[in-house]
Amino acid sequence: MTVPLYADPSANRAREFFRTKPRALVDKVASVKDAVTNLVSDGDYLAVGGFGADRLPSAICHEIVRQNKQNLTLAGHTATHDFQILAAGNLTGRGKLIARVDSAYIVGLEARGLSPHARRVMESGEVESTEWSNYSLAVRFKAAAMGLPFLPMRSMLGTDTLKRSPAKEIVCPFTGEKLLAVPACYPDVGVIHVHESDRYGNCRIRGTSVADIDLARASKKLIVTCERLIPSDEIRSDPTRTVVPFYCVDAVCEVPFGSYPGNMPYEYFSDEVHIRHWLEIEADEAKYKKFIDTYIHGVRDFAEYLQLCGGLPRLQELRQEEFLLNRGK
Amino acid sequence: MPDPYNPMELMICCAARLLENGRTVAVGTGAPCAAAMLAQRTTAPDLVVFFESGGVGPLLPTMPISVGDSRTFYRGIMATSMADVMETCQRGMMDYTFLGGAQIDAFGNLNSTMIGKDYARPKVRLPGSGGANDLASFCWRILVVTNHDQRRFVEKLDFLTTPGYLTGPGAREGAGLPPGTGPYRVITDLAIMGYHEETKRMEVLSLHPGITMEQVQAHTGFAISPKEPLLTTAPPSEKELHILRDEVDPFRYIIGRA
Repeated sequence: MTVPLYADPSANRAREFFRTKPRALVDKVASVKDAVTNLVSDGDYLAVGGFGADRLPSAICHEIVRQNKQNLTLAGHTATHDFQILAAGNLTGRGKLIARVDSAYIVGLEARGLSPHARRVMESGEVESTEWSNYSLAVRFKAAAMGLPFLPMRSMLGTDTLKRSPAKEIVCPFTGEKLLAVPACYPDVGVIHVHESDRYGNCRIRGTSVADIDLARASKKLIVTCERLIPSDEIRSDPTRTVVPFYCVDAVCEVPFGSYPGNMPYEYFSDEVHIRHWLEIEADEAKYKKFIDTYIHGVRDFAEYLQLCGGLPRLQELRQEEFLLNRGK
Repeated sequence: MPDPYNPMELMICCAARLLENGRTVAVGTGAPCAAAMLAQRTTAPDLVVFFESGGVGPLLPTMPISVGDSRTFYRGIMATSMADVMETCQRGMMDYTFLGGAQIDAFGNLNSTMIGKDYARPKVRLPGSGGANDLASFCWRILVVTNHDQRRFVEKLDFLTTPGYLTGPGAREGAGLPPGTGPYRVITDLAIMGYHEETKRMEVLSLHPGITMEQVQAHTGFAISPKEPLLTTAPPSEKELHILRDEVDPFRYIIGRA
């Protein structure tokens, strides 16, 4: 069984691209709409940062659906709510947004359950897929961040996950032991949500980084959304806190509460009520289409979506939840 | 008269008792997380808890909802990357992990990818490996906490997502997985299972109070034998129940499900 490789692992071809990537320290602040219009193309390989709904660049995912992008390949790395949002572009009468997925974790929202619509999409047969694990996809980003065509690692061996993956068994040239070689993944577009960025794209993240630090470096083009734009002087006052440097970044969008309805560490907790509502409404296809029309296609931007979801009063509640302020009441 | 308890409370207590002090454990949300929290408050105060998203050594204030939410590194010792946590496992420093799945077979292999025969058009598409395949490959001892029924304990998996003992003795090592790792215990609402030293097949170590070997076999889709002497699981102690209900899961997110 030959399993297709959706992303070109060639380090030399990646170098040719990175040779042309702009390095100038220029203002990259853009609207979410313009960033997606200019940087996400039909047919692209897309990688989304965060861990499921946690520190998720939700606004970009919504905008990709709103702009009706087609035939994307997705890195299904811890893809919970991000996959759920993007799946709104499949089987809803607007063509096929997701065409292929490198799947490590898709369709589910962890303990909250499976997404009925994401299941419909994957069970329909209209999306091709290959299988990975969360770490193997993280290693694929790491290989790309290192400028290599592959890296060795030691999981997936012996399983159907490997049989449905284009990763290959190799023999260690030093010890003679069996290893797994996973191909580098250089996404056409990466999207991450961070706490703070300056106008040039120097980024700070608080809490766990998941795979974002490698994903940011691996991506040919990178869109950053941030909770807050900060002065560049602030970045220079403490460079130890910069986790993504400006020369990896192509657009910076300030999106307060940009991880909603997911959790943003030290900012606001996840809106479990909204996530449950989204999951439940998916069971009924007609109601779900109306929901997508209202919450994604029917709004101009993410701020309008936040307004629909309860606006500032609801977001204040989620801030208090994040800091456990109302426990015991 | 001891306190009445529900099956989930017993399962969490059984899991907690297996975690030795001064060890490391990679957990997800739900029962495994509750077990680690209970262990820390009873027999294993120096148990170090890891989450695959990058949280290390949190002082969990409440149950996380997501394996990556901010609770997973609340007052922790480090908030790092997924690769750092997984590489700690790959280096051989993770003693335990808890995994689950829609199906488990006699060798402890797990399916969390799909139900059905056609990969391209599955009857039910499930999430896939997530971090499970990695943790099962790298951690020294794999624990599974799950309900015991014939649809879950099957002769043949629809898809082998995550490695147990694969096809039996020597198969993990033959496939290239790190030697000395593998399935350790399965804790269900009926019994505690281990794996036969030579055949690597699942066997019953301990029956929960009131449960018979016949009941376990009736709920298992493959032939399963007891390991002699067959033990009876100790019910939750008053102290365990008190800590579980009042400190670990006061809102009954997990124990309320039983």
